[in-house]
Amino acid sequence: MTELERRLRALRDQRRAFVPYLMGGMSPRWLDHLEALVAAGADALEVGLPFSDPMMDGPVIQEAALRALAAGTTIETVATGIAERHLPVPVVVMTYYNVVHHLGLERAASLLSEAGALGTILPDVPLEEIGPWKDASAGPGLATVLLIAPSTPPARVARVAGASEGFVYAAARMAVTGHAEGTGDAQRVVRAIRAVTDTPTYVGIGISTPAHAAATAEWCDGVIVGSALVERVLESDDPAALEHAARPFRAALD
Amino acid sequence: MSDAVMGRPDESGRFGEFGGRFVPEALVPACLEVEEAFVAAWGDPAFRDEFQRTLQEFGGRPTPVTPLDRLSARLGLRVYAKREDLAHTGSHKLNNVVGQALLTRRMGKRRIIAETGAGQHGVATATAAARFGLACTVFMGEVDTVRQALNVFRMELLGATVVPVRTGSRTLKDAVNEALREWVTCVEDTHYCLGSVMGPHPFPWMVREFQSVIGTEASAQMRDLGVPAPDFVVACVGGGSNAAGIFAGFADGPSRLIGVEARGGSAIVYGAPGILHGMRSLLLQDDHGQITEAESISAGLDYPGIGPEHAYLASTGRAQYYPVGDEEVIDALRLLSEVEGIIPALETAHAIAWLVREAGREVPRGSSVLVNLSGRGDKDVAQVRDILRGEGD
Repeated sequence: MTELERRLRALRDQRRAFVPYLMGGMSPRWLDHLEALVAAGADALEVGLPFSDPMMDGPVIQEAALRALAAGTTIETVATGIAERHLPVPVVVMTYYNVVHHLGLERAASLLSEAGALGTILPDVPLEEIGPWKDASAGPGLATVLLIAPSTPPARVARVAGASEGFVYAAARMAVTGHAEGTGDAQRVVRAIRAVTDTPTYVGIGISTPAHAAATAEWCDGVIVGSALVERVLESDDPAALEHAARPFRAALD
Repeated sequence: MSDAVMGRPDESGRFGEFGGRFVPEALVPACLEVEEAFVAAWGDPAFRDEFQRTLQEFGGRPTPVTPLDRLSARLGLRVYAKREDLAHTGSHKLNNVVGQALLTRRMGKRRIIAETGAGQHGVATATAAARFGLACTVFMGEVDTVRQALNVFRMELLGATVVPVRTGSRTLKDAVNEALREWVTCVEDTHYCLGSVMGPHPFPWMVREFQSVIGTEASAQMRDLGVPAPDFVVACVGGGSNAAGIFAGFADGPSRLIGVEARGGSAIVYGAPGILHGMRSLLLQDDHGQITEAESISAGLDYPGIGPEHAYLASTGRAQYYPVGDEEVIDALRLLSEVEGIIPALETAHAIAWLVREAGREVPRGSSVLVNLSGRGDKDVAQVRDILRGEGD
């Protein structure tokens, strides 16, 4: 079992996980923003590495990626930043395959692991293509998190969930990241995952308000909140403002 | 892979080390559905009949092969042109779109979405959608909606909705991103009609199969002309669908296969292996794996990647790929217009430009050459006029 999964299983016995997402390098103070999220009660952090062509992201995270790239953000700068801060909660890096493929899978996995990351999410790499990255991640002990979508048929849910490490990412709806209404198909997706694995299951994609988070947390182990918080950082560089925006999500889960 | 040079990709959708299916989990079932439907349809004589009949009765096929006598005399070659510019909607694009529209209907879906660069694929998709009663939305980079404003109007006349894409470089690659994002939200009733031999498996293979009608026809026509195996088969390459289509008719013979890329978008020459738009292929990218923007006079070749089968054919040496610059392209467009009475599309003019440059060099005098005249230049004349006037100032 990966270190990430051990930590998240232990957490499950205590509370529903709050996992905010932020794009690495999107603001000059992005590391302060990550600490603000920890102060607001984040149980783990999902940190984006920007890619020029983010096909699973909506306008808010696209804009964050553009800002991060314009500021010269690379896998190395994000790794260095994370390593320096010694964040007290698990860090999971989310990016697209080309970013790690270009550096070399083994180099990228080592770099992220040495920086302190415990897992990765590559949303453009489905089960059939994830083998090489999983192999590269196994040595350094990085967990490879896979997604289940509302469109994933039951037999496939078993295979993907079984291969996911750390946690299973349940997509709440057929959509890219961004604002949405309600909790979508999340309950059905989580139920299908729970039927085949006891790996912690977190729901993301379109969890836009504390109310969504509270409703979703009724039947899963944690929620991932991206665009709703990233938008705050796009609006204001003040970490206190982000912490203020994140606290209600924490409260909604407790 | 099968034994033919341009055969079926392997189980994972690979041509050698290129291809595959790099899509979000949400789209995996849809890609599997398209693959299954295509395999069944392509093996079904009734589907093939309807495909062929539609291309004849509606699409104007077969397109002729025209000996280009005056150009031949000028270059010291024997040049023949496969006239895809004479197909309905003015380019080879309709072949693929008719196939995918029929497949859409067969899968019981009611709507198609597409990306477009120059607008040719968008117009073709809107045309097929009208013909088959499908709803149609086309994503087009905002820069391209300006460069090709008339094509936007054509699509709208045909009943399609055109969505300008304002992200990234606002050109073809961003239109693909946006179409993929849209597809995630509507896969249940919508088919993504990808316009070239790119994207996730099975698209590169399926689109090549639909476009192989070009090569199949040309092969028979060249035989009738007494040149069953021309020394060279030349086509322009953006994603690479017209090239794949004509190469398919000659890949198992001795002809040299030549793909001509825009210098500012030459993924074979300047690219490195990477993953974009669902495929592993050669891509223009920076030192950190960020995709860079292609730059070309022609919107249709403004793409930082290339279809995975072309990357494979380049890696094995079965086909060779060369870049040409914008100025050579304008000269070639003028030359073909003046000596043959054919105004080619800017994309197509790349193939002519390479031939003009290499006649007597890479292409020895007296060689027989088949050029795929992939599209007509009507859409480009305003742009070309502006460029030529600019030169005159």
